Amino acid sequence: MNTMNLTLKIWRQPNAKAKGEMKSYKISGINDHMSFLEMLDVLNEDLQKKNEDPVVFDHDCREGICGSCSLVINGRPHGPQQTTTCQLHMRSFKDGDTIYIEPWRAKAFPVIKDLMVDRSAFDRIQHSGGYVSVNTGSAQDANNLPIGKEIADEAFNSATCIGCGACVAACKNASAMLFVSAKISQLAMLPQGQAERKKRAESMVAQMDAEGFGACTNTGACSAECPKEISMANIAMMNREYLGAKLTSEAV
Amino acid sequence: MSLTGLFLVSFLLVHLSGNFLLYRSDNGDAFNLYSHFMSTNGVIRVLEIGLLAGFLIHIFTAYILTQRNKAARPIQYAVSASNAKVTWFSRNMGLSGSIVLVFLIIHLINFYFPFHYGYDTYVDIEGTSYKDMYTLVATVFKNEWWYSILYILAMVLLSFHLQHGFASAFQTLGLEHKKYTPIIKGLGTLISVLVPLGFATMPVYFLFFN
Repeated sequence: MNTMNLTLKIWRQPNAKAKGEMKSYKISGINDHMSFLEMLDVLNEDLQKKNEDPVVFDHDCREGICGSCSLVINGRPHGPQQTTTCQLHMRSFKDGDTIYIEPWRAKAFPVIKDLMVDRSAFDRIQHSGGYVSVNTGSAQDANNLPIGKEIADEAFNSATCIGCGACVAACKNASAMLFVSAKISQLAMLPQGQAERKKRAESMVAQMDAEGFGACTNTGACSAECPKEISMANIAMMNREYLGAKLTSEAV
Repeated sequence: MSLTGLFLVSFLLVHLSGNFLLYRSDNGDAFNLYSHFMSTNGVIRVLEIGLLAGFLIHIFTAYILTQRNKAARPIQYAVSASNAKVTWFSRNMGLSGSIVLVFLIIHLINFYFPFHYGYDTYVDIEGTSYKDMYTLVATVFKNEWWYSILYILAMVLLSFHLQHGFASAFQTLGLEHKKYTPIIKGLGTLISVLVPLGFATMPVYFLFFN
């Protein structure tokens, strides 16, 4: 076990309206087995002892599945590893390092406080069509819906998106197309998603645009930073779904 | 962006294949006949308007897209580290495109406008008089050598632009498939190297070998 001393440069912003700034903090005796969030817990304990305002950051399961943790660390969403921030460990850093910690930056993700941003834009996109309507009653036999192995695998890969927003944070255009495309593709591939397929593509894209996200220029930064490795093929599929829906849907 | 981009790539291919007539060792006769055809044929003149529209729409949509994408991130990161998997070309399409546009305007001033308005050196081919485009090209590249350097640099930037643009256009149109995407990407790389290289050989040829 090694311990390290670090300099942290952290975005501090007291509330949504205030003008924020980067502030510098020294922290010492950090165990390299700690997760990145545990390191921030240590910092916050220090700050509280000194009667200072602790740094606010989003976190929940700390198991890499909930999508709550965010943080742009040294210019990369979720830091130097392709994982969630909670699964990032301090052994990825060296003694004496300076670490820059910033919130997701996008117009559609306004800062609530410090490093915590409001990601309800994603919820509104989901509400606009990221579901299947199933009538109540007993479920039919699963074997009535044959799904090829490849399709099942692809749909599952798309479904692994945890909606953390790293794609938006990584994109130079703050585009949400990787997230939205994963949600559209997942359902477009499965028989259960067919009934609302065209409406879904149209509504979700419209909501995405209304939220003020940028547009995709195919740099691939989103997929390269995505902790769940959602592929760019989803974006192509969404474009296909959207174009097809626009040309053939009943919505005039 | 994707549709106009692919249309402009098709123009590059036609333009390049026509320009290869410069290399016929017939004192430029074939090239001059080709120039005459391109500037007088009715179908070509109509397509020319389509080409101009293609450029304008491509540039206009790029401008709108850039404005919208800039507005999507009002506060920039203090530190921004690009992922190693993301190419420089893909992040700087606006830069490479703008330089190619500047080049295009100089290119039109060098060749298109003089040829259509004011240039009056003629050459006799089999009893008919044609404007001598070949000599104009040779003069610009040879006597004003800094244009040649500029042309070659512009072709490097065009190569960067195509490097991302060609395959990206297919992705935008949703044309992605396990079987075909690797072929499209390979074709994109091939076009982005060979087409600008083909154009760049022309100033080099007139500077050093003609």
